[in-house]
Amino acid sequence: MSQTVTVGISDLNVVRAPNVLVTYALGSCVGICLYDPMAKIAGLSHIMLPSSAEMASIKTQVYKFADTAIVALVKKMESMGARTIRMKAKIAGGAQMFAGGGNSSLASIGQRNVAAVKAELARLRIPIIAEDTGKNYGRTLYLDAGDGSMRIKSVNRGEWVW
Amino acid sequence: MCLDALREIGNIGSGNAASALSCMLSRLVNIQVPKIRILDYNEVSDNFGGPETLMVGLLLSMNGEVNGMMMFLLHKDFAHMTINSLLGSDLQDFSEVGEMELSAIKEVGNIMAASYINAIASLTNLKINITVPDICIDMVGAILSVPAIHYANISDKIIFIENQFDAANESADVQHAQSHVLMIPDVESLNKIMDSLGIGL
Repeated sequence: MSQTVTVGISDLNVVRAPNVLVTYALGSCVGICLYDPMAKIAGLSHIMLPSSAEMASIKTQVYKFADTAIVALVKKMESMGARTIRMKAKIAGGAQMFAGGGNSSLASIGQRNVAAVKAELARLRIPIIAEDTGKNYGRTLYLDAGDGSMRIKSVNRGEWVW
Repeated sequence: MCLDALREIGNIGSGNAASALSCMLSRLVNIQVPKIRILDYNEVSDNFGGPETLMVGLLLSMNGEVNGMMMFLLHKDFAHMTINSLLGSDLQDFSEVGEMELSAIKEVGNIMAASYINAIASLTNLKINITVPDICIDMVGAILSVPAIHYANISDKIIFIENQFDAANESADVQHAQSHVLMIPDVESLNKIMDSLGIGL
């Protein structure tokens, strides 16, 4: 029987086949799916902000930032037997929920999150094989550790499998 | 003491906003005693029926002497009712929403926010400006990620004053449509509000 494990906001988790990871309602946040097809180990991280470097606040919340969360996810997966060299990434989210130009730093946060995630994955040499980012709607993301498929669900806009 | 003061601010603001709403819709609008919440991001959307609940979100920024955000969250029924009573339409589903309907909802948000802020501004003697609202119809978790991200720079918790509005339907008490107003001041502004009321944090 497969279990579904929920990943909260600024959180991450790792499961083995046949379990499934889910994170609900990604807005401007980005969900990063990492999958090792040999070991059938899947990891999912839900980040809120691009970089911990520009934050003055305490560094306890490593799962909140793209630059610290992805490394932590890779380490956690490796400790369960996955290998970084075999990992493939799929990413989703980074939408711009409100059109408004009033607050420009807020408006572009989705894009900046996606850019930071891509830069970090490039640094770790993990290829991105699928991407559903940007636009203006929320997404719920399911990652199946059985085959590494990423399923995206939206409101009124349908469902996709990547 | 501080919580009481915040609750009172919420009460005065939402009382004003509710009478504006009641005028616009020509219906009875009840308000609940406001709740002051300090929550983890993950818990916020649980208040509204889980992260995937479909809601209409209106987002405004406050600036001037008080900075922060205001957010209106309308349940589906509430949004339908508002649109239908303003435009005399018979909308049942969001997939039929057009420019006109969105504009009507935004205007309602604008008027409600202005009355809310007006009340607080005259109470505290602070100058507060609000921006024109932006609208988004989507999962409540995704809508709330916007203020959550904004405040994530500062802390892992989010503090807000929550007001609930219940609008009774014409056909007596059958349908109660709900909406929520979240006022999310930043910490500095919170201190300013408290100071102006003569309460030190």
